[in-house]
Amino acid sequence: MATPATASKRPRGGSTTASDVETRGRGPRQSIMSRSAAMLVMGVFTLYFLTPIWWLLTTSTKTGGEITSTAPLWFTTNSLGTFFDNLGRLFTYGDGLFGRWLLNSAVYAGVGALIGTVIAAMCGYALAKYEFRGREAIFNVVLSGVLVPATALALPLFLIFSRVELTNTMLAVFLPSLVSPFGVYLARIYAAASVPGELLEAARLDGSGEIRTFFTVSTRLMAPALVTIFLFQFVAIWNNFFLPLIMLRDQALFPVTLGLYAWNSQISQIPELRSLVIVGALVSIVPLIIAFLALQRFWSSGLGAGSVK
Amino acid sequence: MRAHYGKVTAAFAMISALALSGCSAGGDSSEAGGEAAPCEASDGPVTLQFTTWVPGMDEVVKLWNADNPDIQVEVQTGPNGNSGTYQNFFNQIQAGNAPDLGQIEYDALPNFRVQDGLENLAGCEGVADAQDQFVDWTWGQVTFGEEDSVYAIPQDSGPMAMYYRADLFEQAGIEVPTTWEEYAAAAEKIKAEGSYITNFPKTDVNWFAGMVWQNGGQWFANDGEAWDVNLTSPESEEVATYWQDLLSNDLVSTLPSFSDEWNASFNEGQQWTWVSAVWGATTLSDGAPDTAGKWAVAPMPQWEDGGETAGNWGGSSTAVLKGSEHPAEAAKFALWLNTDPEALALANELGGLYPAAKSAADLEAFSGGVEYYGGQKIYDVFSEASAQVNPDFTWGPTMTQTYTDVSDGFGAAIGGSSTLMEALENGQQKTIDALKAQSIPVAE
Repeated sequence: MATPATASKRPRGGSTTASDVETRGRGPRQSIMSRSAAMLVMGVFTLYFLTPIWWLLTTSTKTGGEITSTAPLWFTTNSLGTFFDNLGRLFTYGDGLFGRWLLNSAVYAGVGALIGTVIAAMCGYALAKYEFRGREAIFNVVLSGVLVPATALALPLFLIFSRVELTNTMLAVFLPSLVSPFGVYLARIYAAASVPGELLEAARLDGSGEIRTFFTVSTRLMAPALVTIFLFQFVAIWNNFFLPLIMLRDQALFPVTLGLYAWNSQISQIPELRSLVIVGALVSIVPLIIAFLALQRFWSSGLGAGSVK
Repeated sequence: MRAHYGKVTAAFAMISALALSGCSAGGDSSEAGGEAAPCEASDGPVTLQFTTWVPGMDEVVKLWNADNPDIQVEVQTGPNGNSGTYQNFFNQIQAGNAPDLGQIEYDALPNFRVQDGLENLAGCEGVADAQDQFVDWTWGQVTFGEEDSVYAIPQDSGPMAMYYRADLFEQAGIEVPTTWEEYAAAAEKIKAEGSYITNFPKTDVNWFAGMVWQNGGQWFANDGEAWDVNLTSPESEEVATYWQDLLSNDLVSTLPSFSDEWNASFNEGQQWTWVSAVWGATTLSDGAPDTAGKWAVAPMPQWEDGGETAGNWGGSSTAVLKGSEHPAEAAKFALWLNTDPEALALANELGGLYPAAKSAADLEAFSGGVEYYGGQKIYDVFSEASAQVNPDFTWGPTMTQTYTDVSDGFGAAIGGSSTLMEALENGQQKTIDALKAQSIPVAE
């Protein structure tokens, strides 16, 4: 990595000043060499990130026996048939358990991210737009929450939930997913930059209540940030593993991550699960890809708008 | 049940152990355990929770539920023990909401015993009398040799034998080894043919323990007061030196067990033998489908000519976890689950369990020839092996840690920077340290 990175900074070896002047003078245009070097770096990284997914894709079109006996990164002659056969087995195995897990994940992540985004947005907005005693203190406490890994909180949460007899219920996974310190942080920064105080003042003069102003005016201005928060929270809940592992015993409540993990730990006893785990992993990332592609437009425009101000 | 001790497991165990030690005041343990508490039946119908990871166990339990309307059992399945379920048991015992029954492998039972996580079932109806129904050594595993104590009901076992490629041995004109000496000699001839006699599994320390077990070695002993740790006994050393020689001379491969490349190696005929447990029969037939009909099973090679000893790899029990409100009913169910012929047959069919009950030999599934093994009645070999397993072998209370440390050492030995014996010496010290850190008394 070191060589191309250096090359992209200093495209012409010794003539550093010349290139600096050129860059400053004519905007962001770059020489062919530095551009191709940058492309090379990006290409390498793209390959690095996409190879496992490619493997997942090709391997999901194989039977258990073919996984070991055929070329790992390419298809077999009967790929399509095997793929649909695998898919069929995936969704019928154990009375359609996998479909149930997907649904659970969708509920945990979808509803959790939605409510979590609303809470984070209200909290961040309040911290940005209202002056009250202890505002900075509250913000700092929330901010320090970003530093505590969710894994470290799982066991204390389990003991607390045991006291109120909520373990092994959907709420045990759902409730802790509603809070997002990072979301609060982002919402505050964004609200401060994008919701003008004058506008709120005008709304108040026109007789709009604070709640109404928030939902009708402010959330629209904050929309790009909200999409970002939603996406982050959605992915975080979807990928959450340790909390459900500790909280849940009934596999009808498992999210798809924990379900696949449980299957994977049983491969040595039921080898047919090997191909199901692989196809299942592929299917389980599809909703994430869809969510990203669908919301990507809002998201990047949001980041851009924020950074210009 | 076999277990893998990967980095994830170790990290998981560490996180949870740290967290657990910080909040051990939560649970209430009214009695110290050790003596058989009175085990009285509850009034009225009860519902029991049973956590297991054996596939198809819910189907087996349906048989029970149909006949026992007053004792209904709910099955909960999750990842296998070392992948999280044991740690969950410990957490739940602390929080007082553990399931009534749990599946626990033999090598994890002492850990639960030391942490007072098991109900003593000796006082429950029918439990003490059930001893004769189980293979001797499995009963030793659930009583820990204590008087008036039964802490779980044996479920399955993993007596070991040697799977070998009958066709390849015959073609090459090599005698099938019956002693470890002959095994090493055969290894050299097989290497000359361009293959390996077997694979040394660096992460399956419980496999290695099975080898030591066969040789009459003991890794742990408990006299009721303190634990004696003895990973480096002469028997252990003999086994370690033996495999070290094979490793140093590059006569065995060192692929990660149960991986794709490991399967492929067996499938392509690169591996001529596998000294493994009874459950390995399906591992092999699933992982190496192209070699169907070419395998056969013989007793484990012996350390002494004409010897009759076998090791064991894996196996688990059904335990009643501390805090269960219905130990009598739970014990009754556990006994049925692990002795009823119909239940055993179904558990074998769906979950691949090889029962710890002596009546296993009478089951239809174990009486016929197996096609993959050229029609050989392979379960006769395992049934004999099961009777030859030393009943006194004891597991330690921190096996996850011991496995991880020894496995790390085995990795270094395979890399050539250390030896298997050094790995055991290191594992010995680390285990003693770990016991002391948990205030478990250690005999010096």
